[in-house]
Amino acid sequence: MSLSSLTLTLHQVVVLAGGLSPEREVSLRSGNRVRDELVKLGVDAIVLDADAGLLARLASHPPTAVFPAIHGSCGEDGAIREILALLNLPYVGATPSACRAAFDKPTAKSIVAAAGVLTPESVTLSRETFHDLGAAAVIDLIVARLGLPLYVKPSRGGSSLGAGAVRSAVELPAALLSCFAYGDIALIERLIQGTEIAVSVVDLGDGPRALPPVEIVPGEDGYDYSARYTAGQTEFYVPARLPGVAANAVAEAALTAHSVLGLRDLSRTDFIVDSSGTALFLEVNVSPGMTETSTLPLALEAAGHSFGAACLTLLELAAARGA
Amino acid sequence: MTVDPDSPAVRIDRYIGQYAERARGMVASEIRALFAVAARPEIVSLAGGTPYVAALPLDVVGGMVGDLVAGQGAQALQYCTAQGDAGLRERICEVMSLEGIEAHPDDVVVTVGSQQALDLLARIFIDPGDVVLAEAPSYVGALGAFAAYQAEVVHVPMDEDGLIPEALEQAMAAVAASGRRAKFLYTVPNFHNPAGVTLSAARRPRILEICQRAGLLVVEDNPYGLLGFDGDPMRAMRADAAEGVVYLGTFSKTFAAGVRVGWAVAPPAIRDKLILAAESAVLCHSSFAQLTVREYLATQPWQEQIKDFRELYRIRRDAALDSLTRMMPAGCEWTRPAGGFYVWLRLPDGIDAKAMLPRAISGRVAYVPGTGFYADGAGAQFARLCYAFPEPDRIREGIRRLASVIEGEIQLRQDFAPGA
Repeated sequence: MSLSSLTLTLHQVVVLAGGLSPEREVSLRSGNRVRDELVKLGVDAIVLDADAGLLARLASHPPTAVFPAIHGSCGEDGAIREILALLNLPYVGATPSACRAAFDKPTAKSIVAAAGVLTPESVTLSRETFHDLGAAAVIDLIVARLGLPLYVKPSRGGSSLGAGAVRSAVELPAALLSCFAYGDIALIERLIQGTEIAVSVVDLGDGPRALPPVEIVPGEDGYDYSARYTAGQTEFYVPARLPGVAANAVAEAALTAHSVLGLRDLSRTDFIVDSSGTALFLEVNVSPGMTETSTLPLALEAAGHSFGAACLTLLELAAARGA
Repeated sequence: MTVDPDSPAVRIDRYIGQYAERARGMVASEIRALFAVAARPEIVSLAGGTPYVAALPLDVVGGMVGDLVAGQGAQALQYCTAQGDAGLRERICEVMSLEGIEAHPDDVVVTVGSQQALDLLARIFIDPGDVVLAEAPSYVGALGAFAAYQAEVVHVPMDEDGLIPEALEQAMAAVAASGRRAKFLYTVPNFHNPAGVTLSAARRPRILEICQRAGLLVVEDNPYGLLGFDGDPMRAMRADAAEGVVYLGTFSKTFAAGVRVGWAVAPPAIRDKLILAAESAVLCHSSFAQLTVREYLATQPWQEQIKDFRELYRIRRDAALDSLTRMMPAGCEWTRPAGGFYVWLRLPDGIDAKAMLPRAISGRVAYVPGTGFYADGAGAQFARLCYAFPEPDRIREGIRRLASVIEGEIQLRQDFAPGA
């Protein structure tokens, strides 16, 4: 379906934002920005939170289409999309089952790796495993197998919350404690030194296309929460300063991830490109950040798209697709 | 794909290299992100120091505000002086008389809450690197105001009777030994935020004597003094040392936080500088807000309302203390405030309140981690609980949830303890 074939009118659009995850604040910023850009284009768009009043509001005033901009659990684990499907409301983005696979980082790594995309070697362990088997022994085993340095993060969630690098074995318990503050399952992977790259994929009616890769150059503390959401703390290069071969490879890998995970409309895949130019898959986001410091809007603009117009197109396509 | 190896960096904030050094800490933080969740009704928030303004007769206040605009709108909607409305300053003196302060309206400077008074004091006293003495822990808003002017805060220990005089002397001596001199002592003597303790009557003259001997100005911040649960208000330190104390008050807890009206009472020379500083900061304060407070004090039974607030907060304090006693795991300790809003909770050894906060938010309860109340990174083992806003049943539920979170955290820490 191409955009030119659409004749559907968007009577009202609901942007879902907020939720109860630690990414609530970021989500509200994303949602408000999407809403503002749509309003500039003349769309009757409002932001609604995922709270106890949401279902009644959607049932009494069903919108033409919904733009989910909730990050973290509820927004990206497929739950809110299940609800939208139950309400027969068209929405932008992946189906619930695809979201579930993509949101769980170890699952996504396995699926993407099976398609031939490299990903850092890792282990996934629950809090209970450390409790039952003894943390010290398990940590020794991890370090013996994966070596150092490592990167520890919750298996679900984003914005680097609970995530951190580990340079020596003695740092690993503290990193795991920080991780388990945000979830009960930890993904521990080898830390690959290299260039951080985010590749967004959007489908504006002519199939999924990889946008220009965005190179992320954070400050000395890495790409943590502060670096992500404090304007100016991180430098971005759009397109990334990668050799042509590596740039093409990372774009292909993002399209592969988008495809094999069954995603649609939009996604953002994060990679690390090592010194040999090899791209390694880190994780994928089905509801990417849309804030002023997020990489998907930067990539859209670098590709010559207006951010607001792209959001509108995605909504029109969703409305045409139906629930 | 065509790639430009010389593509320029995008930095979102084009002025990133131009900010003042004091803006270095103004960055997005995980803690702020978590507090954004805490504002949701699903969370029992024991975090923010939010007064329960719904206990006010809102219809009466609404009528009063309407009458104010209809009858005195030409004044209420006009500029005023930087020192503040003279009629309000007279009323403020009446309020302060409840704590033994005899002040003239000319001694009073109206501010935007007492927070602005803290900012103005820091502005006129603090050069980068200057020392301010403050209790350990201390009010986070004051620490923020002092940090904005690049002060170095030196904390002075407290116990259940408040600031420890001997510790104050030691701190002053240590500062002097380093070749410096503290600019002032900042203290919250009544129902301390966050510690919940009150400086005993016996210690007050001793603290004043130590400061007066050293020529050290005392900044007495007293938002909660009229909200004691037992007996009459304590006598203010300012009542016994007019020349050595700058007293800060506010209507945020005794009337309405939303009007943002506070005040400072200062010796004349300091007062004059505060007025000039206020003039440069805001030109003048909201006439509308000032006249609203003035009318409230003139026409409404405000002392009866304070009694109602006291009783309401006493019931909530009791709910909090009872729940803590029944539910908290071994190893937790907490203060037992005789007024005000806060309980200061000490967690079992090894538990970090800041690190535990995400788990608490997942468990649908929020508090403020203790590190925010120290300028030196201490306080990790502490949490501030505010019982002022939630209904008693919600307080009980919140503390039940918190106890469960702490128990989980104890187990987690044991799992990862050295040698585990």
